[in-house]
Formats: sequence, C-alpha cells, structure tokens
Amino acid sequence: MQPFAYLRADRIEDAIAASGPDARFLAGGTNLVDLMKSEVERPLRIVDISRLPLDRITETREGGVRIGALVPNADCANHPLVRERHPLLSRALLSGASPQLRNMATTGGNLLQRTRCYYFMDAAFDACNKRRPGSGCAAREGRNRIHAILGASEQCIATHPSDMAVALAALEAVVEVHGPRGARRMPMEDFHRLPGATPQRDTTLEPAELVVAVEIPPGSFARASTYLKVRDRASYAFALVSVAAALDLRDGRVHEARIALGGVAHKPWRAREAEALLRGATPGEAAFDAAARASVAGARPYRDNAFKVTLAQRTVARALRVAAGIA
Amino acid sequence: MSPGAASPIGLPLDRVDGPHKVSGSATYAAEFQPKDTCRALIVQSRIAAGRIARIDTRAAETMPGVLRVLTHLNVERLPQQGRAAVKPPAGREMSLLQDDAVRYNGEPIAVVVADTLEHAQEAASHIEVAYERGPAALDFEAARGGAYPPRKTVRGPPDTTWGEGASALDSAPVRIAATYTTPYEHHNPMEPHATVARWEGDRLTLWDSTQYVSGVRDTVAKTLGIPTGNVRVISPFVGGGFGCKGSTWSHVMLAAMAAKAVGRPVKLALERPQMFGPVGGRPRTEQRIELGASRDGRLIAVCHDVISHTSSFEDFVEVATSPTRALYAYPNGSVTQRLVKLNLGTPTFMRAPGESTGTFAIECAMDELAERLSIDPLELRLRNHAEREPDTGRPWSSKRLRECYRQASRRFGWERRDAKPRSMHEGPWQVGWGMATATYPAHRQPAQASASLARDGTAVVRCGTQEIGTGTYTVMTQVAADALAIPVDLVRFELGDTRWPRAPISAGSMTVASVAPAVRAACTRLRDALAKQDRRWLDAADDAGRRSAWRALAASQPTATEAHGESHPDASEDEQPFAARSFGAVFAEVRVDPELGIVRVPRVVGAYSVGRVLNAKTAANQLQGGIVWGIGMALMEESLLDPSSGRYVNGNLAEYHVPVNADVGEIDAWMVDEDDTRFNPLGARGIGEIGITGVAAAIANAVWHATGRRIRDLPITLDKLL
Repeated sequence: MQPFAYLRADRIEDAIAASGPDARFLAGGTNLVDLMKSEVERPLRIVDISRLPLDRITETREGGVRIGALVPNADCANHPLVRERHPLLSRALLSGASPQLRNMATTGGNLLQRTRCYYFMDAAFDACNKRRPGSGCAAREGRNRIHAILGASEQCIATHPSDMAVALAALEAVVEVHGPRGARRMPMEDFHRLPGATPQRDTTLEPAELVVAVEIPPGSFARASTYLKVRDRASYAFALVSVAAALDLRDGRVHEARIALGGVAHKPWRAREAEALLRGATPGEAAFDAAARASVAGARPYRDNAFKVTLAQRTVARALRVAAGIA
Repeated sequence: MSPGAASPIGLPLDRVDGPHKVSGSATYAAEFQPKDTCRALIVQSRIAAGRIARIDTRAAETMPGVLRVLTHLNVERLPQQGRAAVKPPAGREMSLLQDDAVRYNGEPIAVVVADTLEHAQEAASHIEVAYERGPAALDFEAARGGAYPPRKTVRGPPDTTWGEGASALDSAPVRIAATYTTPYEHHNPMEPHATVARWEGDRLTLWDSTQYVSGVRDTVAKTLGIPTGNVRVISPFVGGGFGCKGSTWSHVMLAAMAAKAVGRPVKLALERPQMFGPVGGRPRTEQRIELGASRDGRLIAVCHDVISHTSSFEDFVEVATSPTRALYAYPNGSVTQRLVKLNLGTPTFMRAPGESTGTFAIECAMDELAERLSIDPLELRLRNHAEREPDTGRPWSSKRLRECYRQASRRFGWERRDAKPRSMHEGPWQVGWGMATATYPAHRQPAQASASLARDGTAVVRCGTQEIGTGTYTVMTQVAADALAIPVDLVRFELGDTRWPRAPISAGSMTVASVAPAVRAACTRLRDALAKQDRRWLDAADDAGRRSAWRALAASQPTATEAHGESHPDASEDEQPFAARSFGAVFAEVRVDPELGIVRVPRVVGAYSVGRVLNAKTAANQLQGGIVWGIGMALMEESLLDPSSGRYVNGNLAEYHVPVNADVGEIDAWMVDEDDTRFNPLGARGIGEIGITGVAAAIANAVWHATGRRIRDLPITLDKLL
C-alpha cells in the first residue's frame, strides 16, 4: 500500500477544502480500503469524513425522505421511514453484501463503490481503461460473464455493483453534493454515467465534491414495488441481474411505472421505454412481458454474458408480477 | 480397558481444543512471533511463460524498512537447482528463484523482506520487471490434442483394463456415452498458508501451517542440503488444509532462505489471491464415460477416459477413474488417464482427489443409464452392487453399502419419487430428487507415538501428526484414555512437532487409521509398564477410584515412565488380500426456478459405511462439511482463468463462490454401524473426504429430475438452465 496522509474532517467545508485530485474521502472504507490494499486505488491523501454530521434520516417538508450520506446501509434499511414509505429501498439494501459490511458501508459510499470487473480489481492486468485510461479493456476479450449488456462502450464494459443505487434510481431520488463552488442537486439518473470514452469517471461528481445526502421524493409506489436480485448464490454475491420495479396502480390500471436494472450497465439502468409502455396498461402478463422486452432493447452481449439478455427480461417480468401482486 | 470403566471410544466428545480456538489462544503459524521477526512478501510473475529479461530492484531496496530483495540474481544457489527433494506429496517442483524462467502467471519471482508488511508491499510495487515472453499453453481444449499418458498415478498405471475391456461394449444391448467436465478450483482454507522461519546458527525452526510436519522437515533439509536433524517444524493448529497444505510449496523454502539472507526470523504469510496458483488446486477434468448393460440393468462394461490438466513442469494426475474402478460389478472395463500440460501452477490433491471429480461423472452416467433403462436409479445400483473389488477381484475388508442405501433412501423418502422428470412441484418451484453413491479409498501408513506419565498425573501422549480441523486432538485423546483406562481429562495429546515420533501426512483420510493404532500401542505399553508398579487404578471400582489411584501412582514415580509404540499395515495396499474402501449413499432434493434457472438444495441425506467411528461428533462434522463443499462444487465453485494472460480473475472470496449459510439447507448425515478390524486394530477407516463425493452427481441428477435437463459441465450455474 502506498503511504498516504490521513486527515480527519470535522466540518463539511474542511473535508472539501482538504480534498483534491489525489485525495479520497473515507467513510465506511468497505470498498476503498480493499482497493487500496490491492493497489487499484493509490490516493496520497485520505480525508476521513466519518465524523461529519451526516448520519441522520429525516422527513423533508414535502414529505420525502432525506438520508444522510453517512447513514450506514443497515440503519437505512431498517429505519421506519424507509421501511414504511420505500420498502423497495429497504429490500435492495438488505440484498447486498453481508450484515457486517452493511453495518460499516454508508449511503454515499454505496453510491460511489467501484465496479467488480475482474480486470479493474486486479492491478496486474495492464489493460483497464477505468484504472489506467488509454490502456485498453481486457474484459472485452476476457471473462465477461458478469459484464454489461447495455450502454457499454468500446472502452469499458463494466457494471455498477450497487443494489441500493438501483432502487434509488427507480424512486427518482436526488443526490445532494457540496463542493468548492457550493451545493448542487442532481437526479440519480445524472449521478452515475455511462463509460463512453472516459470510463475512469464513474459519476458526474466534480473534483472535491462530497455527497452529503440522498433525498427520495414522496411517491405512491410503496405498496406495489419489489427488488428482485438474481445471483450465483443465495447471499453475499453481486447481482448478475437485479430489478427494482415499482407500480402506481389506480383503478385497475398502471398510472405510473418505474423500472431500473442492476448488473447490466455502467449505471443503474432506467428502462424508460418499458415504463412508457406500461403507463395506462392493464397490469398482467401481456403488458409485463412487453415491458420486459423493451427493458433490454438495444442489448449487446459479449462472449460469456448473452444469458443476461434473457435473464434480465425474465427478471423484469417477474419483478413486475411480484410488484403487482399477481406472481 | 478395565472392567467397569466405560470406553470413551465413539462418544461425541466435544473438541478438546475447542476452548483454545474460540478464545483465540490456539496459536496458528502466522501468530508465532519470535523476537526480531520481519516480514517477507512474494512477488509474482505477470506473464504465463517466458523469462525475466531484466528485474530492477534498486528503487525497492532503498525504500523505508526494506532489508533485502531476493531475486534469481542474488539468491543463494541450492543443490540441484532446488530440485533435490522432489518427491510428492511432500516434495514438489518449487519456484525458488534459481533461474530466470517463468512458467506460469503468478509464479514467485522475487521476495521482498522488510520490517513491516506494509513496507514490503510498497517496495514490491516498485520492482520493475521486463519479460521476454514465450509461447503459453492456456487453452485446455486446444491442448487436448497433445494429451499424453502419465508415467504413473497414485492408483498405479494410467491405463487399466479388466475382463475383455472396452470391446465388451460391442455386445451390450444398451449403451450410453457422455462427456462430463469439471472446472479449475482452489482449496482456500480459512487460514491461508503461512510460515515463520528462524535460524539459530545452522539450525532452522519453521512454524508452518502444514498437513505434514515431517514432510516439510525432510523437504526443506534436503532442498537446502543440510541434515534433517537441523530442521524442526512446528504446527500445533492448522486452519484447514484440504490437500493444499500436504505439500511443501515454494513459500516455505523462500521463508527459510529469506531468514538466512537477512539474519532475522522471517514471517511469510500468503495473501488470499496468492492461494490461486502457486499452492495447487483441483485440476480441470474432461471425462468420457461409456456404459454397456443388459436390458434388465446388469452392467456389462464400463469405459472411463479422463483428461486432466497439469503444469508445464510437473505431472499431477487427478485419478478420476479411481471410483469407477471400485463402484460396480462390471465384468469388463477399461479406464485411462491422460494429461495436458498448461502454463499454470501445478494442481494437487484437493479434498477427495479423484473421487470428487470421478464420482460426478460415473454417478451421473449411472443416472443416465437408469433413465434409458427405465429402472429406478437406486435399484440399478443395487443390481450391480460390487461384492468384490471389480478390477482386482479382491474381497472388501468390510462394506455396508447396502445398509447405507437402505437407511438413507428410507430417511429421504425415495420410494415416493415419481420417476418422470418435471413431475414434482412445490409452488412455483420445480422439484427434483437425485441420488448417487459416495466412495473414498481407505489408506493407512506406518506411525509412531509415545506416552508418558507426568508426576502431576497427566498422561502426555505425543505424535508428530497434525490437527487440520478434523478432530485429531480429540479423537487421539479418546484413544489414549481408552488404552490407559483413565478419564479423558487426564490425557494431554500433543502433535504438530517434528520432535515427536513420526506420523504420516494428514491426508487421504488416513490419520485415524494410521495414528490411532500407534497411540494405542504406546499407551498399552505404558499401561502395562505402570501396572507392574501399581495396578490399583486398573482394579478400581469407579472413576473416582481410578482417578485417585492413578494420581497416587504418578506421584510415586521416581522418574516419568515412558513408552513408545508403533503401528503399520501388514502389507502395502496393492498386496493386502483385501480391498479397503469406504462407501455411502447420498440423496439430494433440489428446487429449480424454471424461469430464472436458480437452483436451491433444501436437503441432503447421506448414510456412510466408514468403519468404526471413534467420535460421533467430529465424524458427523466431517461428513457435513464435505456435503457443504459438494453443494458448492455442484452449483458455484470455479476458478475463472483469463484466456490470454493465464491469471485466475476471481482470486478472492467475494468472487470465488463457495456456499454461504443461506445456500445450505438441511443436512442429515450419519454413519452406519460397522467395525473393520481387518483393516486396522481399531476398526476405523477414515472419514475426512467421503462427504464431498457423490454430492455433485446427486444434485446434477436431481436437477435433471426437476427440469429434464442434463447439465454435464460443473458448476451448474443458472445460465446453463435458462
């Protein structure tokens, strides 16, 4: 591990001031410290933000739920406001990692976790555009069973590993960040990005910007929603495909639908076309199957992951049925 | 044992080392900390074949805390280029920096020694290596054309035929043929390998996590070219071995060489990713099976042709044909073993080597034959039950497999099975029931032990065997207490030290069968010697009387009385007049999500014929652990090899999947009553490996029953069922 300076910030402004291109914020450390040990991350400065006052879940004036960036995943999943109003988020959180990790991992850290692409995580591979821009992508010709089928680029076919972020995307959460130039808010959809020609950037965060909270707007999705995660073992494995599905059912019809997929792209994948197909439809197998097909429109598999196209469709259809209570 | 004293043999005694383990006072290899210990870190190659054209360690050598960087340019020259002790299982072809060759990705090419691990790690990242790449063979399929017969296997010559061999297939009215494949796997015990090396003058002490202390001692002494007596190996606890710690791999020698080079004790603990390559693994196999039978299900012939991979520099044969040769009464048979060389680290023995991979193939093939014949899979096995060893005709020392089938099938409820695939459901799940025969050979090797009575009344029994988590401390305590006719708490069993009498490798499920007779012999001699002095403890009416008489005897001794014992089989395994082997019957239920391909295993039921059981608790524990591993082998375990670099890409426990608790349903495993005194005086055959055998086949067969799909390629991940 490369030697680094360690600073502890007591105020948000101090944390931002102490940050910089060679710095990383440290919260739970469940991902960053691992990557530092394996020399994938080599920061020169660690800014410990774990003491910042960002560890609360509160109700917003509009009736939304505001989750501080340092709220541990376990606390978030079990908080009454989250469980009652956004059980989808609670389910997603509890399907991730292990109890020990969920106790340490934070909301902001979960959003910012790095891909599990084998070639990114092993610094012995020279070719990884995400780790070493311009070096190539070893995954394209390598073992890519776990890789992206949607939105990938020539430069990168990695996926984002978070379950929480998929649920937040479906719930149209807003991420609040503070930086040298002040505060700004952006929808989840704009927080993570597709790899394009610059896969080294997972998110649209600017240098020294700090996630301080995530806000979920009030919605009518609590009852008809689910998070369905498909993986290689029953627990403690990343998603091959996951689906956050939420329906606002009114008068026997779908008033509004939200579908986000995990494990298939560089970011949580909102299936907007599928959502549009469902709007106004009668909930049922026909509508859900059509939405499932639309969810993977434009999918492009690689050598080992063609199964994900089928799996993603079936998982979307299943999740919609479960959400609608007809499974 | 004296009249009135209840024998502790067979009792479910709690582990005597349990309190040490749960309280942290059990000391594992990397926890030994001799004064001035520094840390060593292995630097590994990043190409699969070629040579080191240039290695620049100058920057690393000047970094903080760095004591030395060993490379092929400066390391001590060993006798015979470090190959003086190549004699498996203990002595393997190691990578000891004796030349510039690179033979696989991940091969040790340098060792950084520093005051702390962090300093060593940082220095290692500043070593610059330029390679001259050579052609690398990394494609198993492509290498098949070059498959060759190995000189020998641990079960004799690579090819065996009996009866009329393969030609008998021609006359069989019913034939099936299929090819089964199993992937690269790596052992990954909870405790990775670790060695602490300390020199005092020309004497070397190694604290090592090993399944074979005397094997390490002999290998290290010979490789260094020093007298065996100058090396002491200590290993009181091992956090799991499963075969990878049966051999002395490069890191053990490199720790000793580094300690010598810096003149300080050195600790070298492998990191988890270093468990994937330089310390063995289960080889990939491709197994073609052909079975011929009469229409009423009598087997006429079997052919089993196995190709497994090995490294470019050492032959290791995964004898997957071994169970086939033993399982059924086929009058004719032909089995062959072939190897392909790849630029990977040499594979090695991994829990139930041969039998785990082999039973997957032959027991799936039997299921396919049962389907073809429309005979119940259990009934097919009963019709072909082998009353003698098929390929040699020898009788078994003891075999209660029929009883296993009977007990396990009844407990499982097999008679309620609808033979048709896709016929059983539970809510949205497809349900399938499958079964297989389990088997593992019984081995026994010579062993020695000592026993002495200390003045405080403790019977100190010593043997240079190992505790690899199987319960050796506990079981040998029971054996000693039984022979000495004293309560178990008066016995202290010590192991894991080359100063104690020699014992074999803790592998091949043979520790109990080898060591227990030696412990019993030593303790019986001690008892007889003590009885001549004062035999009141033997005649006491109850435990309290025995205890006080024994203590009085101990206190009255002018010097400690000591006795030695040894035990060995009467003949080698090939020459003994019987065949010794354990068997079992394993039944599995699976639930398959028909849309998403997810497989769950709600229950596994297994009954085992393993000879006499010395501790019901540790024995059942071994079977359960084996079955859990079998579930992993069936559904998820695989080391993923990058096709162009030759690196395993999932070298960590997040991405290398083994079962978590949620993957393991109900496991019901037990041992049928048996006493195999033909095999050894205690009647025990050994139990450490049979649990994993047959499980993958039972699950694959259950998956077929649930879905109608034959998955012949492990692991059965959900994509194969979509």
